[in-house]
Amino acid sequence: MLKIENLSVEINGKQILKDISLEVKKGEVLVLFGPNGSGKTSLLMTIMGFPRYKVVNGRILFKGQDITHLPVYERARLGIGISFQRPPTITGLKTRDLVKRCADDKEIDIETLAKELNFTNLLDRDVNDGLSGGEIKRSELLQLMVQQPDLVLLDEPESGVDLENIALIGEAIKGLLGRAPVKAISCRSLKEEKLRKKRSGIIITHTGHILKYVPADRGKILYKGKMCIGGNPFEILEQISKYGYQECIRCLGINNSI
Amino acid sequence: MLRDKQLDLETLPEDEKGLLAEVGIEVNEERREGSFLQQDLDVVHCTVKQEGLEVLPTQEALERYEWLKDYLWQQVSSDKDEYTKAVKEGPYNGYFIRALRGVRGLKPIQTALLIATPGFVQNVHNIVIVEEDAELHIVTGCLTGPHVSKGKHLGITEIYIRKGGKLRFTMVHRWGKNVVVRPRTGVLVEENGQFISHYITFGEVKSVQMFPIVHLNGSNAIAEMQSVLVAPPGASLDIGGEIVCNAPGTRAEIVSRAMTTGGKIISRGRLVGAVKGIKGHLECKGLILKRGLIHAIPELIGQTDEVELSHEAAVGKIAQEEIEYLMARGLDEEEATSMIVRGFLEADIEDLPAPLQKRLDEVIEETSKDLM
Repeated sequence: MLKIENLSVEINGKQILKDISLEVKKGEVLVLFGPNGSGKTSLLMTIMGFPRYKVVNGRILFKGQDITHLPVYERARLGIGISFQRPPTITGLKTRDLVKRCADDKEIDIETLAKELNFTNLLDRDVNDGLSGGEIKRSELLQLMVQQPDLVLLDEPESGVDLENIALIGEAIKGLLGRAPVKAISCRSLKEEKLRKKRSGIIITHTGHILKYVPADRGKILYKGKMCIGGNPFEILEQISKYGYQECIRCLGINNSI
Repeated sequence: MLRDKQLDLETLPEDEKGLLAEVGIEVNEERREGSFLQQDLDVVHCTVKQEGLEVLPTQEALERYEWLKDYLWQQVSSDKDEYTKAVKEGPYNGYFIRALRGVRGLKPIQTALLIATPGFVQNVHNIVIVEEDAELHIVTGCLTGPHVSKGKHLGITEIYIRKGGKLRFTMVHRWGKNVVVRPRTGVLVEENGQFISHYITFGEVKSVQMFPIVHLNGSNAIAEMQSVLVAPPGASLDIGGEIVCNAPGTRAEIVSRAMTTGGKIISRGRLVGAVKGIKGHLECKGLILKRGLIHAIPELIGQTDEVELSHEAAVGKIAQEEIEYLMARGLDEEEATSMIVRGFLEADIEDLPAPLQKRLDEVIEETSKDLM
């Protein structure tokens, strides 16, 4: 699904990702760990193609196609979707209208979907206007569920979400990744097949709470812009909580300044 | 008399009907309580269906009502400037609209002031009286006729809202390229009265300068003024408004959304808190797409303590972050831009007349294309 080869990225001339190689297979969910500022968000933003993240070396392949220099909207149309940590407010644009636009010509019952996400009352609000952290997460998930990307990039989907809503978000992500049925999306023949299909995902998490709900296949740690050990995400999480990211530095075994 | 030779609006030429539609005037008058159309200085159509409402040409109203002269030049001073003086000297006409005490729950009255002759100087003096507890909605369109690109529109409007009265005043401008427009408006609002105004202009024009002044003289009176301004290249808009809170419990709000696609906009707003216990908010938002100038001048004047006045002003281009956000959902840059521009302009306006909406959509589309 996604293949990243020797990727180096700069923001304003400053290197933030160094020589990253990574593969996410079809239907696979990868969990990305790493301390603040290690480059996790930057990696997702680079995969999505935001121009601020300048690829200075390497390439990104999606479904076999080199997308390294494609604009954001073309990547979205190819099937990459992202949930933003701090999305902008768009005055005068109703969330409902944006969601409708994301649906394009897909047959999706937006009302039911919004209800499942406990978002009905916020549909007629301007996009992200005055939303709490948890509400923003639900808004992002709603847009993604309608968009139905094949590769889902989730940046800390559980941060700012209260305990009551975390299960709801977890279930939504499961649906988004094709691990659980989504009621609101009409399941007819071909579409049903498509929905049953497991989708791929990269999830950034600090706390790991989301892993209670979302099936994760593999974990990776990003440290100071470099990708290091991979393995069972639950084990990695346990290691980090026990020993901190020091363990990761050791495993890199090199000078970490970049 | 005028009433004997009413022009049927349906018989107007198609192109003129189209222009009227864009400023909210419906030639089929089903959804209107009354209509008024003035071409140059001639009132060619003036009807009213509902008892308790009056619509008359100002000149005729002055003949009919001896008392009306006491309403002239009270809210706008005749020696304010050369334009008010010119209107006073005349010749002029305009509309007189009155809602009698307690009349409410009606459809809008529509009025159109149209410059039909190229180069014409149209002098207008309007008087609106909303008596106690009456409610009135006026939709007014000011425009040039087909093929008229030059002219001058000098319009005095004096509005009186009595105790508990409510006026919604929706004004749309659509001018030729070389038209100079100088409206002069004064509004008096008594106790518990409300004045809600919407002003929209997004077409060509040479210059518009206006600064309506609203006096909230009775306790708990409310005024809201919203404007949506788009200045194409060559247009110069100097538009604002002032609300003076003269009585306790009065509330004032001015919201302006200005966008330039190459023209110049001065967006003014002034709130005056003259007594204790008043509240006012001013919002000036300006969007410069590529070229053009926006000068926001928000002013707050508190003349005593215990006034609550605030303002929010911002001028700039569309945030790249917003465009990218929408692009991540699959919208290309042009579509993302027009979605954001539409939101910016329409954030505060409710139900635009369909032809006006269509025209606005076209403007947004052209603009977004032009940006790419």
